[in-house]
Amino acid sequence: MLKTLRRYWDIIRRPSLHYSLGFLTIGGFIGGIVFWGGFNTAMEATNTEVFCTGCHEMRDNVFAELKTTIHYTNRSGVRAICSNCHVPHNWTDKMARKMQASKEVWGKIFGTIATQEKFRDKRLELAQHEWARLKSNDSLECRNCHQFESMDFTRQSVRAQNMHSTYLASKEKTCIDCHKGIAHRLPFIPPGDAPTDTPGQAVPRAPDAARSP
Amino acid sequence: MKRRAVFIALLAAVLAAAQAEPFFDAARGRTPIDKETAPPRLLNQINDDQRLPRNYRYQPPVIPHRIDGYQVDRNFNKCLDCHAREKSDFSQAVPVSETHYVDRDGKVLTHISRRRYFCKQCHVAQEPVAPLVGNAFKGDAGDATPLPAPASAPAR
Repeated sequence: MLKTLRRYWDIIRRPSLHYSLGFLTIGGFIGGIVFWGGFNTAMEATNTEVFCTGCHEMRDNVFAELKTTIHYTNRSGVRAICSNCHVPHNWTDKMARKMQASKEVWGKIFGTIATQEKFRDKRLELAQHEWARLKSNDSLECRNCHQFESMDFTRQSVRAQNMHSTYLASKEKTCIDCHKGIAHRLPFIPPGDAPTDTPGQAVPRAPDAARSP
Repeated sequence: MKRRAVFIALLAAVLAAAQAEPFFDAARGRTPIDKETAPPRLLNQINDDQRLPRNYRYQPPVIPHRIDGYQVDRNFNKCLDCHAREKSDFSQAVPVSETHYVDRDGKVLTHISRRRYFCKQCHVAQEPVAPLVGNAFKGDAGDATPLPAPASAPAR
């Protein structure tokens, strides 16, 4: 093992015999550009809506729900796609998120949420991951578009004004604290399972026997 | 012969009257019965947060804000997210009436009663439109207090 490594190390250390210095530097430079461009293009491709809705888990569940909300259709036609909210814009954060997403590839291969029932059972956990992420980065993905400094309170409804000028202005709360479930339907949050600022009141439940799934 | 002349005269009079006053209906406008009306423009719901008085005793208070897109299903109730009694301190929303925390047996619950869960069955948002037909209804709006909670369980 060590011997093989040493052999390769020697090859790398040895000056080139056949290729000129010019070829190696310029060729390396061009090769680098091609690699970097290809890498970023491929990563951007995984950020498109077509890619996200390419599998039925997303297309039939969460994307179908998004379609009825204001982030999909609204009066001015500005819309958010999956990656606008679920992938950080910053490069290093984006790389970290993409590496995390390898778990989602695992889930896709082994069908973790391959049916609607499986998705329903798993949904709260998945939602809580996203809530925790947005809470910890102060709702960064919301704020990429919705900037507090640019909010005109006079154009908001009275109750929106009241909330934004107090809790949001004092940084006591962040967007996700109140605006959970604006782009997707909320799952059932069992009492006590919710973080304190999660919307989730005691929903009356029928006895288990009377309940249809 | 004379009878026939009278009949024709009457028919002419009816026809003339019909022509003088073209068809009009409060809901349909001038669209004839055999044609489809153009749907009215969709309007945004009233969103001024000004509480409206009741029009008659025990009227479920109407909603003075937009509620489109509110999720009210077996998992989550967006209305109660602000209007639940334990939430109204924070949200400053009108708390749900105490009567809504009582089940049909008169038992007081810690959460909303199942039979009161679907808010929009009784409480409705308002559209800024004038009524299509006139209405002289005068309710007794004097009752500003909510219904008293049933004192005891009804005999079953």
